[in-house]
Amino acid sequence: MPTLIKDGQVTDNTWDFIEKESDLSSVLSRASEQVLVPLSLWQEHKSDLQASEKDIGVWLDSDDDTYELGSDALDLPLIALNFPVFMDGRSYSSAAILRKRIGYKGELRAVGEILRDQLFYMKKCGINSFEISDSVKLEDALAAFSDFSNSYQSTIEDPLPLFRRR
Amino acid sequence: MYIYDSYDKQMLQDRIAQYRDQTKRFLAGELSNEQFLPLRLQNGLYIQRLAPMLRVAIPYGCLSSNQLRKLASIARDYDKGYAHFSTRQNIQYNWPILEQTPDLLAELAEVEMHAIQTSGNCIRNTTTDQFAGVAVGEIEDSRPWCEIIRQWSTFHPEFAYLPRKFKIAVCGTPNDQAATQVHDIGLYIKKNSDGEIGFQVLAGGGLGRTPVIGAEICEFLPWQHLLTYLDAIMRVYNRFGRRDNKYKARIKILVKAIGADAFREKVEAEWQHDKEGPATLSQEEVDRCKSFFTDPDYQALDDNDSEVNAQLEKDVLFSHWMERNVVAHKKSGYRIVTLCLKETGVAPGDATDRQMEFVADLAEKYSFSEVRVTHEQNLVLTDVRLQDLYTLYQACKQESLATPYVGLINDIVCCPGGDFCSLANAKSIPIAESIQRRFEDFDVQKNIGDLSLNISGCMNACGHHHVGNIGILGVDKKGSEFYQVTLGGSADRDAAIGKVLGPSFAQAEMPDVIEKIINVYLEKRQDSESFIATYNRIGIEPYKEKVYADAD
Repeated sequence: MPTLIKDGQVTDNTWDFIEKESDLSSVLSRASEQVLVPLSLWQEHKSDLQASEKDIGVWLDSDDDTYELGSDALDLPLIALNFPVFMDGRSYSSAAILRKRIGYKGELRAVGEILRDQLFYMKKCGINSFEISDSVKLEDALAAFSDFSNSYQSTIEDPLPLFRRR
Repeated sequence: MYIYDSYDKQMLQDRIAQYRDQTKRFLAGELSNEQFLPLRLQNGLYIQRLAPMLRVAIPYGCLSSNQLRKLASIARDYDKGYAHFSTRQNIQYNWPILEQTPDLLAELAEVEMHAIQTSGNCIRNTTTDQFAGVAVGEIEDSRPWCEIIRQWSTFHPEFAYLPRKFKIAVCGTPNDQAATQVHDIGLYIKKNSDGEIGFQVLAGGGLGRTPVIGAEICEFLPWQHLLTYLDAIMRVYNRFGRRDNKYKARIKILVKAIGADAFREKVEAEWQHDKEGPATLSQEEVDRCKSFFTDPDYQALDDNDSEVNAQLEKDVLFSHWMERNVVAHKKSGYRIVTLCLKETGVAPGDATDRQMEFVADLAEKYSFSEVRVTHEQNLVLTDVRLQDLYTLYQACKQESLATPYVGLINDIVCCPGGDFCSLANAKSIPIAESIQRRFEDFDVQKNIGDLSLNISGCMNACGHHHVGNIGILGVDKKGSEFYQVTLGGSADRDAAIGKVLGPSFAQAEMPDVIEKIINVYLEKRQDSESFIATYNRIGIEPYKEKVYADAD
């Protein structure tokens, strides 16, 4: 089981991750009270999912268009972004769009191949929880969030670029 | 030159600590080859044919004498006593040892240099015209803008894992020696009718397998919006650039696939959100960056020197050098001097530790301690007094740095090719040498006149062969090295992609082939027409006929 770090703390993962191609009834019959469904399922069965007793989160794959989730995002308790391989950087932009454009304030989680050396950038893009891959040592992962003392850019974490703070 | 403050220094130290730790984890087996690959690449380290290769950034081509001395001492201490100036204002070491690279980077940091993002699928070193700040008729000095872009692109959290590498060039000079139009983003500095500064933005240019001239996506971008607009372009590319095929992953493929208009619309839509946001540039920040690039203490000098004139009469080699390597300066009594790294028998762009130290000393003595690096793989002293030129020339002769070739056929731009590079299909350095030997007679070169000849050892086009007036590309033909020739390329403001002449040639044929092409030009040229002007007038057919007719 990957370790979950949320807001800098190791936390239990209570969410049930639903693979793509799953159907609605199988999701609703899950034992877990909290299910994380793929965007396609959300789009197809939004009202049924909203009507269910369960907490519903949505995960976006790296090739999903974040804007398609749109303002639906605002009512969700959890959105997860998949990094199918760590070289696939699309979800960094998805994170920025969710935080900046759509104004999502809830938990934004990185799932997939989540390695130590990407964590700092992910956090800067507004991701605040991380399912760390098994190969990564926990203490390394926790240290990674402070790899750099500063950033030049305007980031989600710190919208003022360095040139406005120098 | 830009001087690091405590923030810049700290982030550079943070990066070295991070890389040291990554290297340690790799050597301890905690990181796989595959996982270490993008990390080392973003720190400039390739694994090459014979050894690792470390590419160090020379931001927009500017070096201080102290920095150049450090590059020389690194060549001596970590390498075999030489290094290679690349076609992107970088310098490459061919023989460092992986275990020592963190120490090497720490030494570079002592002089505010680094190898950050010099390879990998990220935003690379921003490049510009080597005459920025001193060129006659310059619209605006590009260096402060390059520094602003350097900072914005360094460790940009959203754009470290792009579909493919990403190169930005900025140009504020009338001639464009930065090959601006064949960059992923090309920025031409412009002034509008109110005298305000802005940028013409081109996107989707590039060389490689599919050479493309960039398309204009913004006619005039006011300077305040530079970074937010770049963010918007990058976000569109990061989201929609192809990731399924590395040969179709550059931004040029995206721009071509959806069209420049659709691409522009996407960028504009993305940009609207950030347009007046916190990343909007402030006058204060621009002024701060400009304060590092003010004019040095120029003297008030006459633009004529009787002693230099006398030497020009006496010393014919000096007069050649003056004609080819020395150009006008914005300031009276000063000249811009190019030191040509194209001595026959030496790989184009290579310099020894001793030569680098020599140039550092020259710069200190004659040019306010600054050196520029060109994408044509030469070095430049930007601020030499006219009265010092003869002394400077004589000193350069002693160190094989006075070759009077600049802009002539033997000023060959050439990648390291199959002798070093693991991507290469063919060698390129021996081809350069064989052509240089054929045209060794300076009078012959001079008679041919302005001509760019570029050689790449593979489709990745590091030698920019597509934009050479004559381009040579190494190809693999059933396991043997062959060479394809293109004609008509150009990297300046009238950028053009060269056309393929026809079937490729064996290595031994190349000097003859080039000579035949040159002979067609000499035969057909009218008055003082340049090679490219004649080509543009008569087209490729006469060259084809000559080269292939004789082959039959």
